[in-house]
Amino acid sequence: MDIQPELPDRLARDLDGAFEELVGAHERLVFGLALRVVGDRADAEEVAQDTFERAYHALAGYPAERVAAMRLRPWLAQIALNLARNRLRRRPPPARPLEDGDGQPLAVAAPAAAEPAQVAERGQERELLAALLASLPRHWREAVVLRHVEGLPYAEVAEVLGRPVGTVKTHVHRGVRQLREDLERREERVPR
Amino acid sequence: MNPPDTHDIGGGWRELAEGLHGLRAEPPATLRPAVLERVGLADAYLTVDGPAGPLLVAFNGRGISATAPGSDEAAFAERFQARFRRPLRPADRPPARLVAQVRRLLDPDRRGTPPRYDLRGTSAFEQAVLAKAQEIPRGQVRPYAWVAGELGQPAAVRAVGAALGRNPIPVLIPCHRVVGSDGRLTGYAWGVGYKRALLAAEGADPEELERLGRRGTRFYGSDTTRIYCYPTCVHARRVTDRHLLRFGGVAEAAAAGYRPCRVCRPPALAR
Repeated sequence: MDIQPELPDRLARDLDGAFEELVGAHERLVFGLALRVVGDRADAEEVAQDTFERAYHALAGYPAERVAAMRLRPWLAQIALNLARNRLRRRPPPARPLEDGDGQPLAVAAPAAAEPAQVAERGQERELLAALLASLPRHWREAVVLRHVEGLPYAEVAEVLGRPVGTVKTHVHRGVRQLREDLERREERVPR
Repeated sequence: MNPPDTHDIGGGWRELAEGLHGLRAEPPATLRPAVLERVGLADAYLTVDGPAGPLLVAFNGRGISATAPGSDEAAFAERFQARFRRPLRPADRPPARLVAQVRRLLDPDRRGTPPRYDLRGTSAFEQAVLAKAQEIPRGQVRPYAWVAGELGQPAAVRAVGAALGRNPIPVLIPCHRVVGSDGRLTGYAWGVGYKRALLAAEGADPEELERLGRRGTRFYGSDTTRIYCYPTCVHARRVTDRHLLRFGGVAEAAAAGYRPCRVCRPPALAR
């Protein structure tokens, strides 16, 4: 369900009049999702700008009935995710691979968050968690971000990722388990 | 938004769920205005060096939307909002491409792609008039009647004047290059003095044009080519005094056996 159930109607009637509301309602999700994929605030802002620009031109080209029937949140999240992935692909890979736990596949071109070990030493839990999340394999990371960072229901996560709900649940589950294991290992290692 | 959900994270791991939800990031305050400007629902402005003093230039993702001579930003913003009903703010940083295009457009020694213009809010006729004005080369002028004739509406001279008067992008779209048939610099939203200064800065000689008009000269002819031109046409200016003829109208030129120039396209005698 969208935050404002009547927004698609208003966009269909008056795109220019209602578009700012669309940006206001979804900028946090679009930017947040982009940030967790590309890892850098400046890049994430550009991805977010591109996302809304694409959305505007798409909405301007769709017939009114189609706009009125749209589920905007998963649609915007999907555009943002695609643009963020493209941006990552264009960027050169990081100089050093991030720590990848116990033999998990490396997150290819994982976001340039700080090294988990260094961050833990500084005791910044939020950054530690962000770095661990960034080092998850891509499928798990995207599923965990949509479900647990952005709080989307599973049906929408599945829609955004273009996968069955069951698969998405498995990816979330595995990603979370990996995070738990990483955290447990650090609790043992890092004195509090 | 949904509260943090723990049932699929596992017992005792509420902290992890809260931690993940706490990773939600606040978007930067610059995001929303930047998006609205890119799609053309808001504008930014900057000041460039114009040919006759500073020029305020408003733009959005669709192109340049408005200009105004001078440096009174408050008055510019007020007029802009009254006409376009969109927010306008000073540009954070000048968009390099657009600034370069404006510089090239104003530079007499250079050519290049003109900037894109956002002419939403002007009618199809107004856009056709503004497009015609852009065909007049720097340093030259054409009468209102020429624009009307070129658009196939020779009777629409007053409508042409009104459309040029509503030009949202003066100086860059050179409505100042359109003058009275008698060479007078009539009607300019920013004052006839400014129109005169712009034409002089572009290398036209407004005083001489007005003098010609008062003496009744409308066209120059060359007795070697037997072609007649508007006096500022590049071909007219190449004719030496010895070969130059002055015509008071099309009928006079036609009676002398002259044909209109194919470059500046003065009217031909109606048959």
